[in-house]
Amino acid sequence: MAEQTNRFDPSRAAPMLLSHGHAGWLGLEYCRHGDDWVELKLPWREDLLGEEDHEVLASGPIISLMDMASGLCIWTKMGGFNAIATLDLRVDYQRPARERAAVIGHAECYRLTRSAAFVRGFAHDGDPDDPVAHIAGVFMSIAGDPRNV
Amino acid sequence: MSDPVEHGPADKQLTPYARSLGITVHGEESGAPVLTFEFGGGVEGRPGHLHGGATSGLLETAAYAVLRSELARLGRKHRLKPINITVQFLSAGKQRPTYAKGRITKLGRRNANIAVEAWQDDRDRPIATAILNVLMGPEDR
Repeated sequence: MAEQTNRFDPSRAAPMLLSHGHAGWLGLEYCRHGDDWVELKLPWREDLLGEEDHEVLASGPIISLMDMASGLCIWTKMGGFNAIATLDLRVDYQRPARERAAVIGHAECYRLTRSAAFVRGFAHDGDPDDPVAHIAGVFMSIAGDPRNV
Repeated sequence: MSDPVEHGPADKQLTPYARSLGITVHGEESGAPVLTFEFGGGVEGRPGHLHGGATSGLLETAAYAVLRSELARLGRKHRLKPINITVQFLSAGKQRPTYAKGRITKLGRRNANIAVEAWQDDRDRPIATAILNVLMGPEDR
């Protein structure tokens, strides 16, 4: 069906969405996705260190990684690309990422209303059972009518 | 890649990540560093607007800057570890310079709580705010 082929597919949309701007600058890459989740990768980069003398990734890029993965998982669950804005995003850092490690960001849209999208997720550096950070975020669809929440 | 940025001596204390993102020290207000970055490709999200992640990076860097500055004033040396950050996005960042300044709301022996605001033209209308909890490791040396 036409609807099936037009559905938002993060594996096809990601290369375009991640190629420019801040996501492109960070070098974010698509990994995999499900019906309501997306995984992106933030490759190791020398100039994203959080401390001069310590080969550990800064925490800032993890926020960017999770924000981007959140947007993609919302569009995946919506099945289409609608304008959304981040309302708030909380990141709890469990531990620093290992030295020179790439970080994987897994975001899941667990609830979608007409106006809001609720996301939770985590970031890890190889072992999903030993995450670097957990996140929770709320996004608003810009075109949505807030009276229909 | 972000546009090359001229870094002065005050920017040396910034992390490699912050310098790479194009963050510089704009000035200081009552002991709190005011940080800034210009709009450019490296901080752009949706075309013509700031990326929330870049804004968060500026907020976070401003929070650590005010904490480091206060600890230095007190002669305290700690290794700082992030516990968490909550960012509120209030309006879309436009194609102009963005500023951020933090305020320490609590400074204990082991942890600190910091509130930060980011603004563009009108500082009474912040584009984003954040609250951070930071763990301060045992005093070094």
